[in-house]
Amino acid sequence: MLKIENINIFYGETQILRDLSLEIPKGTIVAVMGRNGVGKTTLLKSIMGILKVNSGKISYNDQNISKDPIAKRAKSGIAYVPQGREIFPYLTVEENLLLGLEAKVKKTYTVPDGIFELFPALKGMLSRKGGNLSGGQQQQLAIARALISEPQLLLLDEPTEGIQPSIVFEIENTIRFIKEQGNISVLLVEQYVDFALRLADTYSVIEKGSVVFSGSTKGISKEIINNHLAV
Amino acid sequence: MSPEIFISQIFNGLSLSSILLLVGLGLSITFGIMGVINFAHGEFLMIGAYSAFITQSFFIKYLSADLLGFYFFVALPVSFIIAAFIGFILEKFLIRFLYGRTYETILATWGVSLILQQLARNIFGANNVDVSSPTWLRGGITISEGLQLPYNRLFILAISTICIIGMYCFFYRTAKGRVIRAVMQNRTMSACLGVPTSKVDAFTFALGSGLAGIAGCVVSLLGSIGPSTGQNYIIDAFMVVVLGGVGKIVGTIAGALAIGISSSLFEFITTSSMGKVIVFSLIIVFLQWKPQGMFTLKTRKLD
Repeated sequence: MLKIENINIFYGETQILRDLSLEIPKGTIVAVMGRNGVGKTTLLKSIMGILKVNSGKISYNDQNISKDPIAKRAKSGIAYVPQGREIFPYLTVEENLLLGLEAKVKKTYTVPDGIFELFPALKGMLSRKGGNLSGGQQQQLAIARALISEPQLLLLDEPTEGIQPSIVFEIENTIRFIKEQGNISVLLVEQYVDFALRLADTYSVIEKGSVVFSGSTKGISKEIINNHLAV
Repeated sequence: MSPEIFISQIFNGLSLSSILLLVGLGLSITFGIMGVINFAHGEFLMIGAYSAFITQSFFIKYLSADLLGFYFFVALPVSFIIAAFIGFILEKFLIRFLYGRTYETILATWGVSLILQQLARNIFGANNVDVSSPTWLRGGITISEGLQLPYNRLFILAISTICIIGMYCFFYRTAKGRVIRAVMQNRTMSACLGVPTSKVDAFTFALGSGLAGIAGCVVSLLGSIGPSTGQNYIIDAFMVVVLGGVGKIVGTIAGALAIGISSSLFEFITTSSMGKVIVFSLIIVFLQWKPQGMFTLKTRKLD
């Protein structure tokens, strides 16, 4: 599905990603973990096209997308839930959701009901402004907005960051539901190790811009990962 | 000042407001969405005005005299389309390369402004040309002795009201308008959702230019037009945007009303240059108090 081969990214003089390689097979959830500043968000941004890779190759469905503009990648089925959620503050919840439909090739302009089965809370606040929602509600809206385009690959950047436990639980159920459907691959960037290991099929730990440690989540003990994440 | 004169000055102010509104709206959306300060925007007004002139000349030359009264209804869409088209070309070949470099857009568009003015001089001559108002716009409604509301100014008011309502419906009721507002609020995230931001930019720039074209068409009803017609309105239109706040239609409306009416009143009470000085001084004082203008589109972070 998605194959990243030896990508390098620089911010000016500073190298953020060093020969990073990662593969996401179809229908699987891959957790990417690591301390702050190791390049997790940069990795997601490079997949989405917000940051261009300086070298290396990103292929998606066997096509090299390294040079494609952001919108083209979105249209090809990559959806992104960024760390700051990036809800449009002055658009209503409904308008935010409708924008999620822009990436669909076949244009429709009504919010599909299925999304409210996943996020019943959103149904009652359709006419509220996105900026007036709480952090947890915004996170749910951001995930709903991404799912509404029926993506093949979902990029989630720390979906549990600063979210109360009950909503983390709901988000976990949503991701689990996606996994059971089996047609969306997920790249989950997360610092909450328990959460990530419960959901993911495989994990990769990033340090200083490269994957240093990876494997299947089956039978992995949390301590091993925590050793890598400890400061 | 007698009440009649006061009311008729307010009324003149309103028609100035409505022109400033049409010009300011384009400036506000292009600045809001692309961070482009377009000094050539006044020239789109001029282009609109000359389009009205060309349309009228065409009517006089090729169509029967009976139809001349209707030229204006043709001139309005013609002005819009020509101005929007030239705006589209300008965006495609120049503005597009300057996104995110606000200060450079000022210089570049100022240059474009000079080029367009010179082009107008070469094509139409340095002297002003006259577009004569349709006969049905002459005269006015007499309210009382000494108070007459001229038809052409009423007509201007009606046109800009229709344009504003149209723009409001477009921005807040259509899918395309929603996309434009989204790009205005968060360009990167819009792209991540599959919005073709460069097409949105080109479209929006053309739309803003087209509105200035309509303003130009309307201005041709008030007096003769020339290569520097746009310059008479551009500074005031910038003031409208700064005073009203960037990116909100309601801000532009409020700014246009405030500046149009106060200019008209102060210029009547004092002299035309003293009136300007007073109005601009008041704006400066106001901006000390509210640097963001009357209405602002607050975003969570500045990026």
